[in-house]
Amino acid sequence: MMAPAGLLLLLFLIVPVLLAFTLSFTNARLISPNPPRFVGLDNFFRAFTADPVFLQSALNTFLFALVVVPVQAGLGLLLAILVNQRLRGTTFFRVVFFIPVVTSIVVVSILWRFMYQSDGLINSMIDTVTFGALKGADWLNDPTTALGAIIVLSIWQAVGFHMIIWLAGLQTIPEELYEAARMDGASRWHQFAHVTWPGLRPTMVFVLVTITIAALGLFVQVDVMTQGGPLNSTSTVVYHAVRKGYEQQEIGYAAAISLLFFVAVLVIALIQRWLTREKN
Amino acid sequence: MTGTLERPRRTASRSTPARERTRSSEGRNGRILTYVSMSILSVFFLFPLVFMFVSSLKPDAQILRDINSPAAFLPTGDISLDNYFGVFDRVPVGQFLFNSILVTVLTVGLGLIVNSLAGFALSRLRWKGRVVVLALIIATLIVPFETIAVPMVYWVNQLPTLVMEGGVLKYDFGWLNTYQVQIVPFIANAFSIFLFAQYFSTIPPSLDEAARIDGASWFTIYRRIIVPLSGPAFATVAILTFLPAWNQYLWPLMVVQKENLRPVMVGMQYFFQLNTAWGEVMAYTSLITLPVLIVFLVFQRAFVSSIAASGVKG
Repeated sequence: MMAPAGLLLLLFLIVPVLLAFTLSFTNARLISPNPPRFVGLDNFFRAFTADPVFLQSALNTFLFALVVVPVQAGLGLLLAILVNQRLRGTTFFRVVFFIPVVTSIVVVSILWRFMYQSDGLINSMIDTVTFGALKGADWLNDPTTALGAIIVLSIWQAVGFHMIIWLAGLQTIPEELYEAARMDGASRWHQFAHVTWPGLRPTMVFVLVTITIAALGLFVQVDVMTQGGPLNSTSTVVYHAVRKGYEQQEIGYAAAISLLFFVAVLVIALIQRWLTREKN
Repeated sequence: MTGTLERPRRTASRSTPARERTRSSEGRNGRILTYVSMSILSVFFLFPLVFMFVSSLKPDAQILRDINSPAAFLPTGDISLDNYFGVFDRVPVGQFLFNSILVTVLTVGLGLIVNSLAGFALSRLRWKGRVVVLALIIATLIVPFETIAVPMVYWVNQLPTLVMEGGVLKYDFGWLNTYQVQIVPFIANAFSIFLFAQYFSTIPPSLDEAARIDGASWFTIYRRIIVPLSGPAFATVAILTFLPAWNQYLWPLMVVQKENLRPVMVGMQYFFQLNTAWGEVMAYTSLITLPVLIVFLVFQRAFVSSIAASGVKG
């Protein structure tokens, strides 16, 4: 009964992982008359010494995650606390906040690309709200704003998902704990700091790790909105790997980048686990 | 605004009358603040989608004109379905939708069968290597698909396949430009297996022990006892695998070049040639978003509890 799933996982998960590992030490091309040749660590040296776009992409990816992880996790928690109150209509707001999650990221990227145009909706709204005091930028065509613009829409799209995860965490905290805290005269802030937050620890670890992994894998938004530009300011590791391996057919080199990416994700996830471990 | 945001839920239910009074006035202000912040946030989350749906009904010139006024969010002026007709003229939308529905239904459907069987084997059967396989499956959860996507193109290009050529079934290599390449790699899913195994282990084993004594096979137990009792687990897995299947983009972009096999998300590319007709783009994105949105609104309770379950278990 394990056999069908086992076979499929072997063929489409284990083998590709091993293949990525093997190919990364070769000069394999996607379609080539010559068989792949072993080139040792050449691909890895190339990534770090002879491919500035890779380094730029790694930096962009890291920056993206550095902003998105805390902001999205924090905003998700705020939303969850808001809609977790016993008030009429919170279900409605839950649904509203979740709607972008069920909208495909491809659609979201196209829509925001249109809104980000220099004469687009975002700039028009900035103009209206500030009574013309602030002028918007040409968001996606300016190397200083493009990554930030992608960060905003990425959080907009995904934060509802983590609101739900936080909400599930909040609802595991027994009401008696709050009652006991109130008996002791704890303020709202103290209740949050000493009852809510400790009770959310397992949820926090899950939220942090899942957002981090998703953020490091940034691809679609870049592919649809900027193709890595302007001046590679939005190129990411996955985008670079796809560009090299698929468009330029250098699959050996792309596999090396993928392997580096995998190791980076693993290390960061382990560091997060370690930092958020129970300290006792 | 931030003041109420950090306020933990629930006002006091039991307290002395004196405190009750102060609390209730504070509670009212808190409630108003909560509603105001939730409403502002709703605007933030909804305005792009309202803009999209409304714009899909307007001619290009009017969309650009309306951007500078609240009319951007109102179905006013020259409203028509012309953009939708334009979309159908420009690309084979029907074919794209059919492809996406086929891929999604088969991926989700076969996934339910294959992954629940595996979950059953892991939670119910005692076999050699079970623990090792379970550990391996959990370990694979941390492999992001993006890291194996490119090597996988190379790999599926070498897999054997059967093709019909002039009425004869032939043996060939390469899965590029097929339906199966969009479906088969995504059927087995470590996370789904994990969720099934978790759920099945909450069903009392005494039920199947009784069936065993009556001579039932493991497969009968799976089909007659476990499956009927696991509705929520099947719903959760169906929902969690439905969205990624419908939203596939990177993978079909790389492995499907034939227009008649492409899914809806990749079909998007046809709209960015020369000068973009934004009205048609908005019509196309509305067209591929609405079915999912409707499914979500109908089953929103199930959606929310599935996502919640994925977090608690993880």
